[in-house]
Amino acid sequence: MIVAVPVYDDDKTICVSFGRSPEFLFMDTETKEKTYLKNPAADAPGGAGIKAAQFVVDNKAKALLTPRCGENAANVLEGGEVILYKTTSTDTDGELKKFANGELEALSNFHAGFHGKQPN
Amino acid sequence: MNIAVLSGKGGTGKTFVSVNLAAAMGQQIYADCDVEAPNGDLFFKPENVKETKIFVKVPVFDEEKCNGCKKCVDFCNFNALAYVKNKPLFFPSVCHSCGGCTIICPESAITEIDRTVGSVFQGTTKKNTFMSGKLNIGEASGMPIIKEIMNRITDSNQDAIIDCPPGSGCMVMETVQNADFCILVAEPTSFGCHNLRMVVDLVRVFNKPFAVVLNKGTDEINPTEEFLKDEKIPLLMKIPFESELANRTAKGEIAVENLPWVKDLFDQAIDQLRKKVGR
Repeated sequence: MIVAVPVYDDDKTICVSFGRSPEFLFMDTETKEKTYLKNPAADAPGGAGIKAAQFVVDNKAKALLTPRCGENAANVLEGGEVILYKTTSTDTDGELKKFANGELEALSNFHAGFHGKQPN
Repeated sequence: MNIAVLSGKGGTGKTFVSVNLAAAMGQQIYADCDVEAPNGDLFFKPENVKETKIFVKVPVFDEEKCNGCKKCVDFCNFNALAYVKNKPLFFPSVCHSCGGCTIICPESAITEIDRTVGSVFQGTTKKNTFMSGKLNIGEASGMPIIKEIMNRITDSNQDAIIDCPPGSGCMVMETVQNADFCILVAEPTSFGCHNLRMVVDLVRVFNKPFAVVLNKGTDEINPTEEFLKDEKIPLLMKIPFESELANRTAKGEIAVENLPWVKDLFDQAIDQLRKKVGR
């Protein structure tokens, strides 16, 4: 199974934003092979979450580890049968380990978009 | 001559100035373009009001014809489209109604339908034609509504006082574009001055002649009047911070109809205005 994580371009820190994350890490849980791909939605003028979610689905991920996610993106991910898990630290390897051990909780709150408002 | 009345923030007195100006001048269109919170009707209480629904185009998908090529998804610059579970997924709140997906689809699987975003109201008052736009709750942009009001003003061959939305965003620019002269309403505070600077920058971009109305004015030295002096911006009128005026306005009265000193103030401003635009 492929698991996706939004990461900064240092390839190890989990990005606080899903849609505008600079990169995505895709890891194959069988082979442990890691692939880092640029997020095509990072600089989108609008609808970044939708485009990023499409990218995650197109790359065949079935799980997404992210600190948060918007409603529109969540709709696309749900359609692509991607299960969302909530990360609680910015350490990619640590969160992947928690995921492998079944210690991550499902992400169930989806924000309606910040659009100029400051996120908490 | 179309006069746009604008301000860098809400609550400075755009509607107060627009309504009183239109009432004092007469024979004008009063156009309330503050589509997110229109309230010119509270003062004018227009009659014979006719409502026209305003639509935008949004795509609908024929899932039988769609072969999943995703050309529409890649084309959409606003990312209003996705393709998952072998189906297109559409996000109306992000769509800008450009129609591109309909054109790009090689299978002709996309057509457009109308979606209501708000209304334009038109009626009459004692001396004026009344127009007002209202955006439906939850809609992202009032542009289609403002465009309809601007078209009606152009088609009417009448002069208009345009009561703009607050701020300096797209909707304000749309109204300013159509104006021959801009009146900037400001408050005599640091915050008021900051917001005035934003709209001064805006009207200068559009190269429109403009003057300032200072509302809630006192005799104290204030940053807004200092700014006007420094920038040599004409002060068209100073409306005093006065309780009877505030009370009557809060009751929905049009001040120039009931308070002679306010009528004098606006008449002087109108004289100045006519001199400035040469009419």
